[in-house]
Amino acid sequence: MRKYSVFAVAREAMRGHKGWEAQWTSPEPRKEYDVIIVGGGGHGLGAAYYLAKEHGITNIAVIEKGWLGGGNTGRNTTIIRSNYLYDESMDIYEHSLKLWEGLSQDLNYNVMYSPRGVMMLSHNVHDKQSFQRHVHANRLYGIDNEWLTPQQAKEFVPVLDISASARYPINGAALQRRGGTARHDAVAWGYARAASDRGVHVIQNCEVKGIRRGPDGAVTGVETSKGFIGAKKVAVSASGHNSVILSMADVKLPLHSVPLQALVSEPMKPIFPCVVMSNSVHAYISQSDKGELVIGAGTDQYNSYSQTGGLQIITHTLDAICELFPMFRRVKMMRQWGGITDNTPDRSAIQGVTPVKNLFVNCGWGTGGFKATPGSAHLFAYLIAKGEPHRLAAGLTLDRFRTGRLIDEAAAAAVAH
Amino acid sequence: MLLIYCPYCEEERSELEFRHGGDAHIARPTNMADISDEEFQEFFFLRDNPKGLIFERWRHIHGCGRFFNAARDTVSDKFYMSYKAGEPKPDIPGVTTATEKTVETYEATEGTAK
Repeated sequence: MRKYSVFAVAREAMRGHKGWEAQWTSPEPRKEYDVIIVGGGGHGLGAAYYLAKEHGITNIAVIEKGWLGGGNTGRNTTIIRSNYLYDESMDIYEHSLKLWEGLSQDLNYNVMYSPRGVMMLSHNVHDKQSFQRHVHANRLYGIDNEWLTPQQAKEFVPVLDISASARYPINGAALQRRGGTARHDAVAWGYARAASDRGVHVIQNCEVKGIRRGPDGAVTGVETSKGFIGAKKVAVSASGHNSVILSMADVKLPLHSVPLQALVSEPMKPIFPCVVMSNSVHAYISQSDKGELVIGAGTDQYNSYSQTGGLQIITHTLDAICELFPMFRRVKMMRQWGGITDNTPDRSAIQGVTPVKNLFVNCGWGTGGFKATPGSAHLFAYLIAKGEPHRLAAGLTLDRFRTGRLIDEAAAAAVAH
Repeated sequence: MLLIYCPYCEEERSELEFRHGGDAHIARPTNMADISDEEFQEFFFLRDNPKGLIFERWRHIHGCGRFFNAARDTVSDKFYMSYKAGEPKPDIPGVTTATEKTVETYEATEGTAK
């Protein structure tokens, strides 16, 4: 792998940009791998990278049905934060946030992590009590989060309407300054390039059609559209399709898949300095480096794999955006899309072993998996290598739905999906 | 937005009038206090989450207020049919094979549940 640097840019500028090489190789699959990771999104590619980098396992294939980052990695609103309520969540999201801070240097790939701040608006007494509880819980745990008055919020986001006559009056806000955004495609590409450099096979356009198991019940490989590929371990990280893949090994998961929609506006000059989320009226918004307003809407209420969603979900969010930021009322929306999120009953992720030997799962990240990408990938790699979860992910087991030790972030989510 | 046929009102109405109620044909155990943790997990948490045909409950909350069931495709979101609560899981021609008619909804088991 040729290192990216300012000198590389200068060198290529001198010779007509003819020296850039492919960022990752596209080899034919081997007969057998030590580890097969199903799903070429950020979590899967990242796990392959950390397996190679930290656990010395390089005989790995990442198998992707479509193209890299074509699923939820490329469909989210790129928000990064760690201001969750419960210890188990704070552990993993803060671990992730710390990895985001050094990710571009680690991968030699600019993932454009931008700690521009994530602000959560409070509109009523319940919001205020709930968010202040978050602020206190976070600070006690060593995570930055602070309470702002409406005036302080307005100073931070000048386009915010904090007037008393506003449709959704604002009585304060919680601000995590280290939160922000990153470039979603670059995360998938950066991990793919770094993993490929360490010998990982990235196999695109290859659909997993079955999971083969031996006489003892342990997995022996996967049936794919490119034939059977053997594996000592199979790790599934397929986002909305985790239930579909795991059902091939007769494992039932506590998941339901629903579309989550997002949309972007026409590009504008820089106007919006951070990420603003509102739980009560359901809206979240930021401005990308290209200048588009990136807006997240809600999930549909019914199970669906359609990668689209109801129009009423978007209009509901845009109604709220127009009330909170009256100056955006005349902005045109350019594109809208949906991604399929896999949601658990307690809205916390599952990362752990399955009842099938040598089959691991990373699922249930629901509507908030992007921010977890480096942390989840890092801990998933540990799980795959050691066969047991890392201390920071110990609470995320599949077993918690049997024991009842749930992590009830359902009541603690940033927005009510 | 979906158009949903309510089998009680006998007409198609907008999705805005309805609330999704999760998977259909999940029988609540009548001996809830006696079942094992595994059985409770199976009943309460684990779901097929199918890509394709799904049987699900809907409630016409801003209409007649009643629960009913529907068969829908989760890829196209197209409804095959909707039917009244308590009726057995229907055959969808060309999609499913015949199913046992033993599993019923909450409403049907209401009388026997402890």
